[in-house]
Amino acid sequence: MSGAEAGTQPVTVLETPIHLDYVFTPGIAQSIFLRGLARGVFLGQRCPTCGKVYIPSRGSCPVDGVATDEVVELPDTGIVTTYCVVNVPFAGQAVEIPYTCAQVLLDGANISFMGLIQEVPADQVRMGMRVEAVWVPPDELGPSLASVKYFRPTGEPDALYESYEEYL
Amino acid sequence: MSDGDVLVANHVLDYPYARSVGPVLGAFFTALSEGRIVGVEGSDGAVIVPPTEYDPLTGEDVGELRDVGPGGVVTAWSWQVAPGRKHHLDHPFAWALVRLDGATTAMLHVVDAGDPGAMATGMRVTARFRPPAERRGHVLDLEAFVPEPDGGGR
Repeated sequence: MSGAEAGTQPVTVLETPIHLDYVFTPGIAQSIFLRGLARGVFLGQRCPTCGKVYIPSRGSCPVDGVATDEVVELPDTGIVTTYCVVNVPFAGQAVEIPYTCAQVLLDGANISFMGLIQEVPADQVRMGMRVEAVWVPPDELGPSLASVKYFRPTGEPDALYESYEEYL
Repeated sequence: MSDGDVLVANHVLDYPYARSVGPVLGAFFTALSEGRIVGVEGSDGAVIVPPTEYDPLTGEDVGELRDVGPGGVVTAWSWQVAPGRKHHLDHPFAWALVRLDGATTAMLHVVDAGDPGAMATGMRVTARFRPPAERRGHVLDLEAFVPEPDGGGR
């Protein structure tokens, strides 16, 4: 027991923080999408074979395997296809709980992406709800999804289930 | 950057993990905070350092804690020519497997030898602990091993 110190507290927990530094390159197609966000617009890409519009586009159609060269500007409006209410606090949480994360299908798009739903109580969010994007102020826009503050209800009638069931 | 270029961004992920260490590893880290190194005795009499939580041969609970070191023998090593940002030493050092006196297994740590010419397999080293006030129950409370004088380094 040489060197033992009196009064040392038993160690029960070890902090093991992990810090990962990446240099991220989104590629050509997602760079188009991100540059659109920096201008406050949603840019997707259309498949020349099946006509489906992907946002964010990966640069090729996953069904037809062809390049999606045509850039399509999409509106700020769409619908909630599905959602989850976050009730659990976690480190780094930026939004007050409970809040809602939803898959948002923009009008004219054939794939949904995730967005925050605000300006409505979490327990009133529903599938088929019409929403619109709320952008950050113009001087805060950047090539990031952080340019979209959140989506909020438009107050329009809900979409029919049949209109979006293939996107669930 | 022109519109023809792809975007590039720095992307950082931080996971602020904390794990509970349990009775065996807890004893190991507690000992380090006291400037000691402990292993456990396995069912075949081997002294395993760092301690495993279960006997590697039988899967049963391990036996008694055993004090080992602070001296030991380097069984293998390689030289870190330039320390990385996350390394705790700010100058070149050796990664080494050190079999502590009284231990059967070797543990991975570093040898602060100054120069690769001072390193040799089979050399004797001894533990250098951080000052008590800087210890936090972490494997780096044992800051490094250092060559013993006339310990067989080149």
